[in-house]
Amino acid sequence: MAVTRYAHGSRVPGWDRAADLDKDPAGVPDPALVAVPAELRSEIEAAMALYPDRHSAALPALAAAQRRHGWCSPEAIEQVACVMAVTPAYLTSVATFYDMFELEPVGRHSVYVCTNISCSLRGADELYAALEAAAADDPNINLRAFECLGACDIAPMVSVDHAYYGPLELADARRLVDDLAAGRDPIPELALALRRTADPNANSEGGA
Amino acid sequence: MSQAPILLRDIDEPGLATLEVYQRRGGYEALRKALAMEPEAIVAQIDASGLRGRGGAGFPAGRKSSFLPKGDMDKYLVCNADESEPGTFKDRELMQKCPHMLIEGILIAARGAGITRTFIYIRGEYEAQARILDAALAEAAAAGYIGEGILGSDFSCSIVLHRGAGAYICGEETGLLDSLEGKRGNPRLKPPFPAIQGLYQGPTLINNVETLMTMPHIIAVGGEEYAKLGVANSAGTKVVSVSGHVKRPGNYEIELGTPSREIIFDLAGGPPDGRRVKLWFPGGSSSPVLTEADLDVPYDFDSLAKAGTMLGSGAIIVVDDSTPVLDVALKLAKFYRHESCGKCTPCREGTNWTVRMLERIDAGEATPMDLDIMASVQEHIIGNCLCVLGDAMAMPIGSMIVKFREEFEAHMLSRQIAGAVA
Repeated sequence: MAVTRYAHGSRVPGWDRAADLDKDPAGVPDPALVAVPAELRSEIEAAMALYPDRHSAALPALAAAQRRHGWCSPEAIEQVACVMAVTPAYLTSVATFYDMFELEPVGRHSVYVCTNISCSLRGADELYAALEAAAADDPNINLRAFECLGACDIAPMVSVDHAYYGPLELADARRLVDDLAAGRDPIPELALALRRTADPNANSEGGA
Repeated sequence: MSQAPILLRDIDEPGLATLEVYQRRGGYEALRKALAMEPEAIVAQIDASGLRGRGGAGFPAGRKSSFLPKGDMDKYLVCNADESEPGTFKDRELMQKCPHMLIEGILIAARGAGITRTFIYIRGEYEAQARILDAALAEAAAAGYIGEGILGSDFSCSIVLHRGAGAYICGEETGLLDSLEGKRGNPRLKPPFPAIQGLYQGPTLINNVETLMTMPHIIAVGGEEYAKLGVANSAGTKVVSVSGHVKRPGNYEIELGTPSREIIFDLAGGPPDGRRVKLWFPGGSSSPVLTEADLDVPYDFDSLAKAGTMLGSGAIIVVDDSTPVLDVALKLAKFYRHESCGKCTPCREGTNWTVRMLERIDAGEATPMDLDIMASVQEHIIGNCLCVLGDAMAMPIGSMIVKFREEFEAHMLSRQIAGAVA
């Protein structure tokens, strides 16, 4: 059996692209040459002020840049690097490690389907296939199969623009895509925020 | 379960996430009490309570706190809210519905260990929960619970909410520290342990959300009173997340030592009608699996350890007899392969080869030796990496090979026959 080295494990997209060894690595961007939107700059500076070491702001700063640009584009990374006074390579190494940073342009609505063990026992793989079929023609939807999202009580579940919904039936896949396309709140009655705890012994004083 | 719930006591009270309702329910009284106590007395109470860490390792919380050096150096407390262990969703519900209890717990723990700077590392996917916590932090700060000279005392403390960005490994305490420092979340070599050299090289106390949320209650009733709950070496109550093939998945607060059967059947409703429990994970997907024969094991740290597994994060995943064990093993192995940070070879390669061998079995291309090779791969991962992510795959997969060997072999054979016929 032929073994493709590293093809499995690298979390770094582009690991197999040849590096241009003649090119100097980019240094810290020159603030005089990089235009940074004022809002983004103040958001990053506020984050840096929270920590004893400004590098700690890398995740919140990249998240802010991604919110603004839609993904961690080279331009977005350069802007963050400029404000934080670090190299773009440092931020790229961070951005490639975490699942929630997008390294390619994506649709503006994120739909994460949990396909980990508890959800898959209750039909998450079928749900993902149904969503894939329903969202195939919609460029605005960034559909991803995700690892455990921490909501196994509403399995199978999805996180739509970072809000949790579940449990979903297969028919809900179509409705979810249609709701998003129409700009409505998606499948509102399945929102996690509305759920009471399952424990019959909780709320000893009849909290409701 | 006769024990009145502690963490879930008022959990669905409307508006519990607001300061007003939390205070009406007795919130922040324990903090007032703690501020009047000497820091050593707070740690002594937590020590006396027998509280063990609720995040996975089960380390005694009081002792962990006492490991921090005394003195005026910069010390940090980090609340681990990166709840990513498959099957675990207790911290999500607790933080979402009762954020002030976490804030109060952090303040008490920080006061006990002489810490003035604290961080909550919450996983990036919990956006709604992060927003709720943010609002609660602002409210608590405005009411004088956070900041300089809290409630007129000499104790000052800050809390910063830090959001992750999606990586299971950041729940590992040293991976979490690197991530909080703005790096890739690669675990560090231990020792030095975080209590000596952690965040920004300073002594750092790291506790799980549920551990910290238990502290206000311990201070309120006293450590010895809390220690009366549960069984020897496993004091108190635990919020257990039950999921998978059960009728009523959800969070249940139980007294430690409750028979597992009671949790799975009486509380969570058991498997669907006509189905039987085939295997179950007692403490998240990283714990070695148990079978139907183990359902009467008391649910506490020592009893589960004696049964060859662990309580872990307190997440029970039930799998019924409709699901082939190979599917479960493959799902699990793929998860750990994806989440391996790649720093240590046994984990990076071991998780990868385990997936390949399982896929080979499924494709009918496996040889009878493969199960033994796979078992030996698991043995070579365990204990040979900087952190336990690799072990977290190796332990359950190893236990599945031992307990379900016949099924694996039958699966192999049936796929081979199917291949030959085709």
